[in-house]
Amino acid sequence: MRNVYVLGTGMTKFGRYPEKNVPLLGGEAALMALKDAGVGIKDVEIFFCGNLFQAPNMVGQRVLQQVGQTGIPVVNVANACATGSTAFREAYMAVASGMYEIAMAVGVEQMGKQGLLGSGGGGSDPAYATEGRLGSGLMPAVFGQAGVEHMRKYGTKLEHFAKISVKSHKHATKNPFSQYRNELSLDDVLNSRMIAYPNTLYMCCPTGDGAAAAILVSEAKLRQLAGGRRRPRVAAAALTSDPWTEHDLALPDVSTLTRRAAKQAYEAAGVGPKDVDLTELHDCFATAELIHYENLGLCGDGEAAKFIDEGGGMHPALGGKSPVNVSGGLLSKGHPLGATGVANICEITWHLTEDERARPRQVPNAKVGMAHVIGLGSACTVHILTI
Amino acid sequence: MASEKAQAADSGPRPIVPFLRLEPKPHLVGIRCSCGAIYVDLNRVACSRCGSAGPFEQVSFSGKGSVYVFSVVHQSFPGIPTPYITAIVDLAEGAAIRGNLLDFPPEQAQRDPHKVFGLPVEMVTRVVAKDREGRDVVAFGFRPAKR
Repeated sequence: MRNVYVLGTGMTKFGRYPEKNVPLLGGEAALMALKDAGVGIKDVEIFFCGNLFQAPNMVGQRVLQQVGQTGIPVVNVANACATGSTAFREAYMAVASGMYEIAMAVGVEQMGKQGLLGSGGGGSDPAYATEGRLGSGLMPAVFGQAGVEHMRKYGTKLEHFAKISVKSHKHATKNPFSQYRNELSLDDVLNSRMIAYPNTLYMCCPTGDGAAAAILVSEAKLRQLAGGRRRPRVAAAALTSDPWTEHDLALPDVSTLTRRAAKQAYEAAGVGPKDVDLTELHDCFATAELIHYENLGLCGDGEAAKFIDEGGGMHPALGGKSPVNVSGGLLSKGHPLGATGVANICEITWHLTEDERARPRQVPNAKVGMAHVIGLGSACTVHILTI
Repeated sequence: MASEKAQAADSGPRPIVPFLRLEPKPHLVGIRCSCGAIYVDLNRVACSRCGSAGPFEQVSFSGKGSVYVFSVVHQSFPGIPTPYITAIVDLAEGAAIRGNLLDFPPEQAQRDPHKVFGLPVEMVTRVVAKDREGRDVVAFGFRPAKR
């Protein structure tokens, strides 16, 4: 496999764009990334488009109808919340394999205000819908239980989950691309209404709209096109699905496949958790972020609460260490499902290249960045970028 | 087909999912693989743990088990009363299943979650809806086990 580099990136501010549509949002991000890369759509040889809620509707082709119909192969990707990151990984593989020199990945989603994602079953007669009658399969309850599992094992308190949301919102004040940029106090988070214990409203990520894009190139193309600009290498691109574990069929196990993906990614990149200068991880709920500190090896098993109390995950400028989700994370930046995974790549790239788009929140001397995404069902990607 | 006619004529209660059987008394059914994996499920082409295509042993669950973890749901779909406890129950026979935890105050579970972990429970059933043919739809749930 060849070295692959991220030549250009772009993303829309995450938010709500009722006046736009999915191809428009995706096209906007694609143009930003192309411009950033210094190439045109005619240079792109293959395009992977991540979108979940319009998956049957040929979103990638419709994006090209916005930005340029060059007739290249287009692959539409759907992989739950890991949709965007899977599209990015496919683009990586297209170039790494030697088959293409320049690939584009776009992640795009328009969710509006729909919430409580998950399926209720029931078929054609709603009398047989199981949601709320055979427990809850909706995301707030699933990730509530993942947090409760940590409470059971290690005595973790509500305050620790809440502190993550406080941190996230503090980080987001420095990110103009974030859907929410307001600071929240610990009391604000703890006293907001309970959605699914222990996740209160402010421990749940919002829904929204947005798009992000990346242009990936081979080393030869990088030399030709970078013009002296430093660009990160994709040092690892791991993708796992959920292996059989004891409770997985009743309660999706978001930990085992994350641990496997992290292990594969660390080995491929030849780095360990201590070498990672910043991490964007899948904080769809505050409970998720806490368990992923351990799953990604940022702290030891059972040590997440201590990690948080010692400033773990907080931006160094705020006195923290091992910064996590300096973008504001899904909790504040927002989580337009298909866009999320590519937006993480944008954030990591901007820190590694000291791009002006990350200037207000630049992690100093960032050389290694990690992006983690989970799609329930389940899929997990871990990408490591180095410069 | 004759069996379909018999079903159509049946106006009695119907289970919400196929792996809940109401006769002779309500119980969950499933299959066990020779590798030891056990599923509350009947429609399965192979074991997702070891890959074996069977044959599988049929299992009737006792309905007894203990709570592994839970959440208290405060916001749900229209028509679903909240708050309620959703729980993952480890069944005595070895499988895990999701269901509502009944007869346990949700606020108490939130106040003292450690009282819920490992709580011995037993399966109960309740009518949750009427279907388009006017038949009662029966769901299972769990309640603290009686001594």
